[in-house]
Amino acid sequence: MWRDAVLVGGKDLRVELRSRVATMQVAPYAILVLLLFGFAFDQNHALLTQAAAGLFWVAVLLCSLLAVQRSFSIESVDGTRDGLRLSGLDPAGIFLGKAGAVAAQLVALEVLLGFGVVVLFGADLRDPGLLVLTAAVATVGLAAAGTVYGMMAAGLRVRETLMPLLILPVVAPVLLGATQAWMAALGQSSADGWKWMGLLASFAAIYVTIGILGFSTLVEEA
Amino acid sequence: MGSVGDLRGRRGTGDRVTRILGWSTLVAVVATAWVGLVVSPPDVVQGDLVRLIYVHPAAATTCYVGFGLCALASLAYLWPRTRSWRWDQLAAASAEIGVVFCVITIVTGSIWGRGSWGVWWTWDARLTLTALLLAVFIGYLALRRAIADRRSRAMVSAVFGVVAALLVPIDHEATNWWQTLHQGNTLLRANPLIHGWQLVGMLLSFAAFGLLFSWLLVHRFRVEVLEDRYEVEGFATAIAERRAEAGAGAGLELAEPVVAAATPEPASQS
Repeated sequence: MWRDAVLVGGKDLRVELRSRVATMQVAPYAILVLLLFGFAFDQNHALLTQAAAGLFWVAVLLCSLLAVQRSFSIESVDGTRDGLRLSGLDPAGIFLGKAGAVAAQLVALEVLLGFGVVVLFGADLRDPGLLVLTAAVATVGLAAAGTVYGMMAAGLRVRETLMPLLILPVVAPVLLGATQAWMAALGQSSADGWKWMGLLASFAAIYVTIGILGFSTLVEEA
Repeated sequence: MGSVGDLRGRRGTGDRVTRILGWSTLVAVVATAWVGLVVSPPDVVQGDLVRLIYVHPAAATTCYVGFGLCALASLAYLWPRTRSWRWDQLAAASAEIGVVFCVITIVTGSIWGRGSWGVWWTWDARLTLTALLLAVFIGYLALRRAIADRRSRAMVSAVFGVVAALLVPIDHEATNWWQTLHQGNTLLRANPLIHGWQLVGMLLSFAAFGLLFSWLLVHRFRVEVLEDRYEVEGFATAIAERRAEAGAGAGLELAEPVVAAATPEPASQS
């Protein structure tokens, strides 16, 4: 399973590295989203700093949609999905590989966006450990859930419009938990960030389990 | 479920059982309205607003039942030994009715919120989760519409249905797990909070919504069965009918019956 995961994940990341879609399109898009938030809250700069955590995670969510769509659109041409199906790779490995590749791209984006939030919105850090750990766990949850629902919509003609509808409501708890934990880590709320971290961890665990158990059904049928 | 889903030789989706069910539903709804609007007293604190208690909790419970049934039917479909189209059709039917009741729940809750909290909507765990539940099951219905192949539609939506219904217990327990503005459970506790006609009205409303749900479910399930049958047999049946028409109208055997059937005016070919 792990060997297959490394194979699939490595393939996806190599495709992304060579096509440069992630670096040339998704990353600028993420920065643009941040700039647009800046325009939207132009009148009230204090509000922008206060809402920085939430805006960061909304931007990550939007980018994760793009990453998941990319992850399955590279499987949609030239019958590569059938190839993947016939390859004899463990479906759980395919899931872990694809989710891992999405997670790796999201981490890179989060670093970029994090700099953006600090520079553009003037947020300052209080508890970097909580910040980084929350981001890591939330990213695993986003990537796992995104990959599960992405696979459901993968072969469909309407996947570009269907995927956001399937994914966004499901990952809303990630947005909530990660925002609350970050607010605590940025010193903007007195909430217990580690409790929200627990919610994120259970979300990630649930979706990784669903993916490992359910992907064989989805790979064969979707 | 064989007889419920077997519609051959029948016009429409109704039969004696559904008519009895339909009339009992009507009686129960009228009784609930009568107890709720006439017999039961207004509340000391909430006044007439409390009468929403004869609609809102029952609608919410029915919505849970619909989504729960969708999950159970999906599980039955996923389990290889019980796999059957009937479970897929049942899941589709109950999810759709669940969505309807979820909308009713949110609308009546919103009206109640406006009256007692002063706002149409507030960002409270129970409300937010219910809205998410609605969004997730609208996604379920959209997913079903999007997949053309019957087999993969059944499979994928079954996986989605099972996972989506995980939100139901979380939503139900939301008032216990988080500090919410929404009140806690009224009936499911050791010492129920209401008595007398209010309790009677509330129990009646549950019966009425339960009957309404089953009545709608039987009909919707049968429509789903018909839709599936149309999908599978529709084209073949249409060809056979046109072929018969062409044979009768032209009075001769056609050499290429399929082509003849596809032609709009078969009679003009002679």
